[in-house]
Amino acid sequence: MSTMHFSKNINNVLHLADSALILAQRNSEWCAHGPILEQDIAITNITLDLIGQARNFYQYAASLINSTNQKNETEDTLAYLRTEREFLNLLICELPNVDWAHTVVRQFLFSSFQQQLFLALQENTDDAIQAIATKSIKETNYHVKWSAEWVIRLGDGTLESRERTLNAIEALWPYTGEFFTNEPTDMMDVSLLKKAWLDKITNVFLEASLSVPENIFMHSGGKKGVHTEHLGFILSEMQYLQRMYPGAQW
Amino acid sequence: MNINIRKFYYGDIPEENNVTSLSQNSKTEKEWPLWEVFIRSKQGLDHKHAGSVHAADAQMAIENARDVYTRRQEGISIWVVESKHIHASNPEDADMFYEPASDKVYRHPTFYDLPDEIKHM
Repeated sequence: MSTMHFSKNINNVLHLADSALILAQRNSEWCAHGPILEQDIAITNITLDLIGQARNFYQYAASLINSTNQKNETEDTLAYLRTEREFLNLLICELPNVDWAHTVVRQFLFSSFQQQLFLALQENTDDAIQAIATKSIKETNYHVKWSAEWVIRLGDGTLESRERTLNAIEALWPYTGEFFTNEPTDMMDVSLLKKAWLDKITNVFLEASLSVPENIFMHSGGKKGVHTEHLGFILSEMQYLQRMYPGAQW
Repeated sequence: MNINIRKFYYGDIPEENNVTSLSQNSKTEKEWPLWEVFIRSKQGLDHKHAGSVHAADAQMAIENARDVYTRRQEGISIWVVESKHIHASNPEDADMFYEPASDKVYRHPTFYDLPDEIKHM
């Protein structure tokens, strides 16, 4: 299968879709394994919101691809039939869940970024992007609220919950630099979002008596299709059915 | 020997000073308290009991209730109250509580002559 090359905005739309889908796939591993029934449902609800966002972006990406390249892509072909190097999600989305602390810290870092992103994309000149951002931000606002409260609860909780939260921040922080690095295909300058994002993170960390890491090495590559070793495993599980039984439906 | 058995009805969960909660202490310490959830629907004026959730604090209880009981647009407002704060009537009191009302039909407003102009009554 040849690698797909798409023009300017298409790659950016795919990047937004891929990040939402891959994090949803990761979070879905908690389904039936949550720490308590109510939180199992909470993380699953967030996961379904992310899948909904991914679908909207994929549908739009498919329409852009089909109108410019004479192809017949759908949301399903884009999600299930692209290879590792074609996925443009942020690396933080593909990292393992590890434990509940990693899961909620990642959700907080990512959703806070999404919040700033959608806030900005609500003003985008592209009507479809504007509409998806306007719809998604209400969901994202809740994801931020939910995950921020968990970060505070664990960070300022017991010795063990604090230890786990510190480990999660140490492991995940190096993947936040990628939020704000621009690709030529980006439809907006994402580096502009950093200040508001960092303010939000700093406030919540302060309340959780956690400190914000400074001047550490930042990973990147996800937006270029260069991934960690974890993405291949996610895709092989997620895409198995469509690869094994092409076109299968239920 | 005088064995004192206390029965707790729905919602009447004791705070402490009783055998039941002491013996279960090691177990209940790890469990979050139970909260009763009341939801007001779009059409309704009153909050109706929807069920219960476990949560560590009131804020978490509201969010858990949101996630568990309003996923299908059931509501626009949520109340939660810790289950131990709800006091229930005793089923054994049913006779003296409710029976006496059964032969007092005159308490229903059905003995008035309605003017013809009034419709939909």
